[in-house]
Amino acid sequence: MRVLGRLLPYRTALGLLVLFLLYPLIDHNAGHINSAADAAVFVLLALGLNIVVGFAGLLDLGYAAFFAIGSYTYALAASPFYHVHLPFWPMLLVAALTAGVFGILLGAPTLRLRGDYLAIVTLGFGEIVPTVFLNLPKYTGGTNGVVGIDQPVLFGYQFGFNPTPYYYTLIAIIMVSVVAILRLRDSRLGRAWLAVREDEVAAASMGVNLVATKLTAFSFGAFFSGFAGALYVAKLGVVSPDQFNFTVSFTILAMVVLGGMGNVFGVIAGAGILYEFQTLFLVDLTQWSHGLGHAWGIPLLTKLDFVNLKFLLYGLGLVFLMLLRPEGIFPERRIRAIMTERESVATEIPPADVSVADARVADSHPPRGS
Amino acid sequence: MDWTLFALQLINGLTLGAIYAVIALGYTMVYGIIELINFAHGDVYTAGSFVALALLTLLGATRHMAAAGIAFALIVTFLATMLIMGTTGIVIERFAYRPLRGRQRLAPLLTAIGVSFSLENLLQLWMGPSPVPFPQVLPNPFFALGPVSIGQMQLVVIFSSLVMMLALHFFVQGTKLGRAMRATAQDWMAAAIMGIDINKTIALTFFIGSVLAGAGGVITGLYYGNVWFINGFRAGLIAFTAAVLGGIGNTTGAALGGFVIGFVEVMTAQYIGFQWAEVTIFSVLILVLIFRPTGLLGQQLPERT
Repeated sequence: MRVLGRLLPYRTALGLLVLFLLYPLIDHNAGHINSAADAAVFVLLALGLNIVVGFAGLLDLGYAAFFAIGSYTYALAASPFYHVHLPFWPMLLVAALTAGVFGILLGAPTLRLRGDYLAIVTLGFGEIVPTVFLNLPKYTGGTNGVVGIDQPVLFGYQFGFNPTPYYYTLIAIIMVSVVAILRLRDSRLGRAWLAVREDEVAAASMGVNLVATKLTAFSFGAFFSGFAGALYVAKLGVVSPDQFNFTVSFTILAMVVLGGMGNVFGVIAGAGILYEFQTLFLVDLTQWSHGLGHAWGIPLLTKLDFVNLKFLLYGLGLVFLMLLRPEGIFPERRIRAIMTERESVATEIPPADVSVADARVADSHPPRGS
Repeated sequence: MDWTLFALQLINGLTLGAIYAVIALGYTMVYGIIELINFAHGDVYTAGSFVALALLTLLGATRHMAAAGIAFALIVTFLATMLIMGTTGIVIERFAYRPLRGRQRLAPLLTAIGVSFSLENLLQLWMGPSPVPFPQVLPNPFFALGPVSIGQMQLVVIFSSLVMMLALHFFVQGTKLGRAMRATAQDWMAAAIMGIDINKTIALTFFIGSVLAGAGGVITGLYYGNVWFINGFRAGLIAFTAAVLGGIGNTTGAALGGFVIGFVEVMTAQYIGFQWAEVTIFSVLILVLIFRPTGLLGQQLPERT
């Protein structure tokens, strides 16, 4: 009941949840429900990455690697590839745990280092993992990947190719995850994450174990991508290395940053918005532009393909977001201050508005803002 | 073991390493001065290849021109590409990085990733999603060197990279501007008190790094004979690894790291399998970070954000 009481203030969220639960009853278009289920996979991924980037302030640029590990864990354990057919529900947890363990394995040696080294190591890891899956055709199916992955069965009910049961499963898992993540955030561990994000030195001097704290964030983040991975490949029925390239990591990162790092509901919104933006809006926009181009006789409009411009828009979007609204669309209460405030002038990096006068008075009055 | 093959791969490694070294210099200089991983640097390098391709096409350069014509086209292409890419570097620094300088680390890193992604996709829109052939204006005869042979293009790559590295070394160590750069990297506040214009020095660092990347882009285009919009992503990642291996912030280290990584890549390709080259390189990166985070020739870095 305490959990419910804590959730009650989020009335909008509950209203939206009811809407999401009713959605397949209102809209009978299987394609739309399928798209909504895929969006839900990305919501789950964004929730996981938010723990790493939003809560602990660690930049993980290879998040898709953990998604891949979770996906392959289920795919190899429940497909004709090894002639093993383990049941879906326990494997869902095993996939998440496997991804979490890999999070620890990668994090343990690298999290001791400066934060920005982590960005490059995760970027490298994000490249290595799909490459390894690609290079070991004997064990992972190589380029072709794994096909014929088992579909989940719940109390004798076959999920099959109908997207609706996957959609409901994802909604249920997202609900549980949101409650778990919110509880986690307010726990001792979660408060340590936020403290590390805000000021490592201060956190460490208050007795927070930096490495252990970062490591748990990293591995919890990986854990959720494992969930998402198993569900994703069970729904799709196939898995191959090219589903996990850098653009996937980048897209999830863009979702988290756009929605508002650290804000669980903002991140969900960010994932939903960006997913629909790329699968529906850009396609529609391209058609409108072509229609207008033909109607008005402007050849340029008929040639534009906004779907191809997707990643350019994401890249520029990220730059402008950082410059103008680094806290995202739905900011968490505390992140705005962190993202916009300048560090004390006594750091190793000169501020943008540096002048000799600043340097002279730096010891007594650190200048704030510009 | 086939020593001739080994020697041949040594030459290939030297060539590849020279290219990585030139790119790594830009990473290490920028990191040394503002502690930012400039993710866009690899894409500036590939943009250099694309600009050079456009210029050579514009000048109508082919292998069948007179030697003087080829030389003229190449000199114009090199200088113009270096200038264009240097300016691009300054523009990126001015509009994307400078406003965020001094902010919490995550913001500039995310911006850098955003710039990198934008550049990559602009290049893709410009020349398409497949590799594009690069005009082969220079003949590539092979010279016997004992039992092995070395291609003229390999000599061009190695020689021009060495010239650039030496020029950078003398600039950083021997000129007033170079001294300003070193001073700013060491202690920007003290440098500012001594009258050094910090913003100009940082812009200069980006300019030089991007000039080198641009030149590297021209050289790779000539060497490989094709360019691809995604090249910069991989090359950037590997060159950054080289910079870390050598000791980030240390230009000699970056050059050394570049050559080491070049050798690691060709030897992996030869003796383990080319598809494992990347995996080996990033494993090297992770191992270096675990056992010697300061790199081969590195400076002491504080272990905090």
